[in-house]
Amino acid sequence: MALVEDNNKGRPSRAPFSEWFWPAVSTALKTLGSIAVTLVGLLFVTFIIGRVMPIDPVLAIVGERASQSTYDAVYDQLGLDKPLIVQFLYYLWDVLHLDFGTSLLNARPVSEDIARVFPATLELATLGIIFGVVLGVPLGVLAAVRKGSWIDQVARVVALVGYSMPIFWLGLMGLLIFYGILGWVGGPGRVGIFYVDVVPSVTGLILVDAALDGNWDVFKNAFSHIILPASLLGYFSLAYISRMTRSFMLEQLSAEYITTARVKGMSEWNVVWKHAFKNIRVQLITVIALSYANLLEGSVLTEIIFSWPGIGSYITTALLSADMNAVLGGTVVVGLIFILLNIFSDLLYKVFDPRAK
Amino acid sequence: MNAFNRLLTGAAIGLAVSVTSFAAFAETPANMLVIAHRIDDVTTIDPAESFEFAGSDISRNVYSRLVNLDPMDLGAGYQPDLATSWDVSEDGKTITFTMREGVTFHSGNPVRAEDAAFSLQRAVILNKTPAFILAQFGFTPENAMETIRAEGNQLIITTDQRYATSFVLNCLTATIGGIVDKETVMANEVDGDMGNTWLKTNSAGSGPYKLDGWQPNESVTLSSNPDYYGGAPAMERVIVRHVIESASQRLLLERGDVDIARNLNPEDVAGASSADGVVISDELKGRLMYLALNQQHPELSKPEVRQAFKYLIDYEGMQNSFLNGQYTIHQNFLPATYLGASEDNPFTYDVEKARELLAAAGVENLEIEIGVREAQERIEIAQSFQNSAAQVGITVNITVGTAKQILERYRARELDVYLGAWGPDYPDPQTNAGTFAYNPDNSDEANATGLLAWRNSWDTGGLTEKVAAAVTEGDRDTRVQMYLDIQEEFRETSPFVVMFQQIEQSALRDNVTNWSTGQAVTSAAYWQVTK
Amino acid sequence: MAETQTLRQWLLTDTPSSRRHAKLSALYQGWLSFRANTMAMIGLWILVVLVLVAIAAPLIAPHDPFVQSLGDRLAPLGTEGHVLGTDSLGRDILSRLIYGARITLYIVALVALIAPVAGLLVGTVAGYVGGWTDTVLMRITDIFLAFPRLVLALAFVAALGAGIENAVLAISLTAWPPYARIARAETLTIRTSDYISAIKLQGAGPLRIITKHIWPLCISSLIVRVTLDMAGIILAAAGLGFLGLGAQPPSPEWGAMISEGRRFILDHWWVATMPGLAIFTVSLAFNLLGDGLRDVLDPKAGE
Repeated sequence: MALVEDNNKGRPSRAPFSEWFWPAVSTALKTLGSIAVTLVGLLFVTFIIGRVMPIDPVLAIVGERASQSTYDAVYDQLGLDKPLIVQFLYYLWDVLHLDFGTSLLNARPVSEDIARVFPATLELATLGIIFGVVLGVPLGVLAAVRKGSWIDQVARVVALVGYSMPIFWLGLMGLLIFYGILGWVGGPGRVGIFYVDVVPSVTGLILVDAALDGNWDVFKNAFSHIILPASLLGYFSLAYISRMTRSFMLEQLSAEYITTARVKGMSEWNVVWKHAFKNIRVQLITVIALSYANLLEGSVLTEIIFSWPGIGSYITTALLSADMNAVLGGTVVVGLIFILLNIFSDLLYKVFDPRAK
Repeated sequence: MNAFNRLLTGAAIGLAVSVTSFAAFAETPANMLVIAHRIDDVTTIDPAESFEFAGSDISRNVYSRLVNLDPMDLGAGYQPDLATSWDVSEDGKTITFTMREGVTFHSGNPVRAEDAAFSLQRAVILNKTPAFILAQFGFTPENAMETIRAEGNQLIITTDQRYATSFVLNCLTATIGGIVDKETVMANEVDGDMGNTWLKTNSAGSGPYKLDGWQPNESVTLSSNPDYYGGAPAMERVIVRHVIESASQRLLLERGDVDIARNLNPEDVAGASSADGVVISDELKGRLMYLALNQQHPELSKPEVRQAFKYLIDYEGMQNSFLNGQYTIHQNFLPATYLGASEDNPFTYDVEKARELLAAAGVENLEIEIGVREAQERIEIAQSFQNSAAQVGITVNITVGTAKQILERYRARELDVYLGAWGPDYPDPQTNAGTFAYNPDNSDEANATGLLAWRNSWDTGGLTEKVAAAVTEGDRDTRVQMYLDIQEEFRETSPFVVMFQQIEQSALRDNVTNWSTGQAVTSAAYWQVTK
Repeated sequence: MAETQTLRQWLLTDTPSSRRHAKLSALYQGWLSFRANTMAMIGLWILVVLVLVAIAAPLIAPHDPFVQSLGDRLAPLGTEGHVLGTDSLGRDILSRLIYGARITLYIVALVALIAPVAGLLVGTVAGYVGGWTDTVLMRITDIFLAFPRLVLALAFVAALGAGIENAVLAISLTAWPPYARIARAETLTIRTSDYISAIKLQGAGPLRIITKHIWPLCISSLIVRVTLDMAGIILAAAGLGFLGLGAQPPSPEWGAMISEGRRFILDHWWVATMPGLAIFTVSLAFNLLGDGLRDVLDPKAGE
């Protein structure tokens, strides 16, 4: 439940949509339209925030010792002399042509930067969600089946502690203990310094690239670096996923058909997994998708603590140095992911959940 | 890049063979120097534009200059680099450099006088941030082609008036004096930018190292230039890895993952120095930590109040606690080791004295805002000052912001008090005298945001003229005395409370020798380092 | 009263004598089932203690939280006079934690007031009015939901300047959309109910219906959600403080204390550890309480 790692937000609205009955094309168009509106709104809000920020982008570029003529030249070059709305429209036009502009602070195309930092976040979030699902779902099911038992209590405590822990603090302690004192894991960063750029970058995911290249030393090293931050993120999504699984399961287990099945003498295993669990799959996927979206949004604090060059720390750094092209580009990508995962889970509902029809 | 990959793979495999677990002590390869450093300030590596610390480190190793400072003997001042000799004309306005023969750029192109002329012209015409270093000699984008020109093997520059030759040459040792490969740069020109866009992320120099890659906020990799005219450097690869946290840098160093950690805080220096195989190297840097009082403030502009603040700093207490080993008390605007720098530090922490001065000025219930950027030691200095000020009834509100936020308000003359740092731009006393004690037009309209005196609305009380006189004085001893006099007056009358001078503490593996971060006068050099 | 029946019996009656009696009775029964929940009671007690500590801070803090003593800096745990040690400027960590409780409570209280009210307003209006208003309001909600939350908060604080009040506003800004969704969903189910139709027939205007009839019905689900979110708010505030964008020095805000202490993590671990434990304890208490409250107020969701 930490701010970035919050898994609760954006619960999909379950209100039945009459649009379901319309032709599929119309639905698709509408969806695309709403994505576009949301994205433009997102950009606009970010744009405005960037402009009212008391950081002068020109100063951010030229530094404190520049002469006035240097300053003026950059001011004009950035187009800051034009009205705000004109600047925004220019920006939108470029975005439509998939041009996110150049980062003001490192002179590279923003798209290139994002292509570099996003895989780092993707790798971390994916591993994190795998931890969360692999451990969280069975724990939730078990807690529901053995409601009130010690297992249920343990699951509850595990989840509550997860909700209550400041991740940046836990990260620091984890680094101190597992890296500093015990030396069990790799330190901050994605990979040890001698392993940087060793394997050709195909996907940008170091673990995958190393495996493709068959270079298991790199793989081992990268894994030793990712394991701690991924476990931390995994723990936070585990907390959420196990709680949600438990409550979904309880709902099913109290349903009439389960009682019937039990009366019929069906084994407990079959009752739990073949019937109850089968029925919560769609709900569960929604929860997991949202949890994943939140991890993908960039777990800013985790990335900062672990010097992880991901999109969260990229946006944050850019923001604090008034590099608005970078902030806008990053926000679009992150916003788009969130929206797409939301739509994906909505769709799942409509297609598979009989109650939504 | 491929050769580099292979080499690294080789290193990695070698390492994997010798290392059985993650925790085991690793050692960097003998021909490779690995440095943990904060490099997030690098925004460009074009020598005509680069102006930040980490960027200057790259430039110093990639670009040779006309004259340069020897990392093994920085006290000797500027030495021949790409220029082997120079002559000054009778009127002192024209300097003729003779270029070194047989030197080539990394591209293989020969280094010619034409390249040198192009590099300086380019810096003046592009008019990026550091251009003022050259512009102060009267070079403008309009006259650059006439005042800077090549003739055969000679480069001839003509200044607008007589300046101390040492002043001109000192300025040419700065990053902006880097000589670029004209042919390569112009081949990459886009829209008449003189190759600026390309050079921001690529290099075209003739220095001891060439740039393999710069990943923003991740790493800088350099490989040695085997054809360097001064001999190929011992370290064939240099990797500078961006590591923010001091604790992380220390762990990497103690584990042998890096050879040098450059941003350890005092506690980690103390901790690391007791670790096996780690030594600490101290170098006095040029950066000063100071408080500035805005003279538009009705109370802060009273002479007694300015004086009182100089007694409200717990100089000793801070130097011996959280600044331990990294800052030393220094109360003059010229950093120690600079020509003419004063060593007098007359002010001590004296609350009683401050109270008397404030009473004499009739100041009561003063409440002021101090702007600080979010760097831990600065926030702590601010809090220590807040604590002292509270004892004489002054309420200090601390505003912390990013460097850029605070700077902007400072430049707009909005802050009551600014707590900041200032580092010299080139190794000549004018670099600081010309900003702390020089302010020809104190009006708001002048908008001389580059001058610290102007930012604090201080008319300098006559120091401006003295500074202007000192910079044209040809006699070295006379010049030194002039700066000593200026500093003495400045100490007593100025609204600046200069407090500390920085000491850079690098923690090194004990097999690293000849490490130099450039002391107060320049940046880090790698080519003389051996292991 | 005592002669005929005890207060307890009166509260537990099956045959309430008035509407007020019935309400009180229901509340009391809720309290009883809440009290049976040990973990929730632990949470409640921690929070009660926290509030008391915050109120009595000047009385119980052993030192002034702002007084520096550079000679005694970074004293370890258990040092005489400094049970939890001292920080980089020689300030007593225990005293700073105690005063920091005030800041934490202040932030939580303000956000808990602002965000749900804003969400309630947007959600009920959208749900009740429907049509274009609904579309526009929900689109805005979606936009804010699609923002990375900490980034939005960061941007906001960066725009307005660092400080507690701005941090509170920033957190509220990121916290309201889920409330708006909940309120809208509740409104949609209530709006079509016979009960509302009946009131409408009596001639009540939309404003009156929303404020007098819809809001009260939305509030219980919002309260549960707010309590569960409290921990998130504390963590968010601490995160901002950690990034230097929350409370300004020398304020003893817990997140800022961790940030100050992390420099010494290797040799003086307690400086960052103690405030971390404080944050953890308080947010855990809120979670325990919220969990218990949900069981009482909204049994279906908890079971």
